[in-house]
Amino acid sequence: MDVLVNNFDVFRNGFFVTLQFCILAATGALIIGVLVAVMRISPVPPLRWLGSTYVTVLRNCPLTIVMFFAAFALPALGSNADFLRIPGLDQIFKRLGTDLPYFRFALIALSVYTAAFVAEAIRSGVNGVPSGQAEAARAIGLTFTQNLRYVVLPQAWKGAVVPLGSVLIAMIKNSALAGFFGVAGDLSASAQSLTSAGGFPIIPVFIGISLGYLILTVPLGLLLDRVERRQAVAR
Amino acid sequence: MATGEPLIVLDSVNKWFGPLHVLDDVSLSVGRGEVVVVIGPSGSGKSTLCRTINRLEPINSGTITFDGQALPAEGKALARLRSEVGMVFQSFNLFAHKTILENVTLGPIKVRKEKPAAARERGLALLDRVGIANQADKYPAQLSGGQQQRAAIARALAMQPKAMLFDEPTSALDPEMVGEVLDVMTSLARDGMTMVVVTHEMGFARHAANRVIFMADGKLVEEAEPKEFFANPRSERAKDFLSKILTH
Repeated sequence: MDVLVNNFDVFRNGFFVTLQFCILAATGALIIGVLVAVMRISPVPPLRWLGSTYVTVLRNCPLTIVMFFAAFALPALGSNADFLRIPGLDQIFKRLGTDLPYFRFALIALSVYTAAFVAEAIRSGVNGVPSGQAEAARAIGLTFTQNLRYVVLPQAWKGAVVPLGSVLIAMIKNSALAGFFGVAGDLSASAQSLTSAGGFPIIPVFIGISLGYLILTVPLGLLLDRVERRQAVAR
Repeated sequence: MATGEPLIVLDSVNKWFGPLHVLDDVSLSVGRGEVVVVIGPSGSGKSTLCRTINRLEPINSGTITFDGQALPAEGKALARLRSEVGMVFQSFNLFAHKTILENVTLGPIKVRKEKPAAARERGLALLDRVGIANQADKYPAQLSGGQQQRAAIARALAMQPKAMLFDEPTSALDPEMVGEVLDVMTSLARDGMTMVVVTHEMGFARHAANRVIFMADGKLVEEAEPKEFFANPRSERAKDFLSKILTH
């Protein structure tokens, strides 16, 4: 077990890379997911069709395949995903601005993949809002977007919190795949380098890595429980 | 009573739910300031009729005109038209995540772009009018059914509508709360609001309506002044209906 103590800085750095990666991926997935969910319930048939196709394709492809596409197809298309070098944001999340694009590629892959699940979680929340709410909103003259923004979505969160929590926890665990698509130094890549390159025994190293993921996922689960309870009271 | 050109005109309106012909060639016109009460057995299409007027239910054929303008297709123009037609639902449908006052001011602020302070002031005045000003900061679930329905009426009035549609406004209420809602509706009628009211409250139909419309099986069977309708129904269907509800 000495390996955990002696290499604490490796674990700590890996933890922070994974944490940053997950914060960014969750943000991206939530933004894209809300858009896709809105498309899926929109009154415009082509948008609905586009939203359904998105969910069908990305929810049913293995994440590994999506990662491969991001890591190989994007460069083949001549993209370095430079649009993610967002000024200001790349000062906080240094990896966003690196010359090697793999952090950005993996981020895109995990975001678009998770967004499909986020969209479905939000849609289940929207379906849980009684239809009379949207009807009353239409009856006073709110447009489709206003209806979603002021009436339906604020109430949809309540029903979406639990499935959304599961999606985000799954996403954190899925982020382990990024280490195998060129993202150096996250938790899973650290495990790889400690055991293969460093020659440390596998079991203690992986116990350390698991602890890193548990530190991310368990508090998130507890936080979501709290949010859920708070909303139950507010009702 | 009705003056000038009618406000709401339905012409040969047909609607099907699958094989079910819910509105069968319905023609109707409602004058400005007129109070029309629609009665009939369950499943006769009266709620659907009410909901077609602001296009919450699209129709399959025929035309509906509101204030001289044909109902537009889904979109901004329809939203604008709906803002001019108040609607009150059987199940209140107050926005559950907003306070009573926020329910009343949402439309004026977001649709009419009124200043929040002005909308609040007018909203409080409307809540006062329907007798629940002291409930302004509560959430819908904290109010009784009668109070919720009165709040819903205030929410519709806040848009300063040209007409009000009531879709069985008292059917979900405890008997002791029906009166307080009908009182508000009666005072609205007296103030000259154009109203289409789907209801089972025969008392309201008798004293507040200018005209009673009897529907059965999707057809507009009979229309008459309330006194005339209740005393001498012409159709067999209406006689049968009235004999069943008025014997108790």
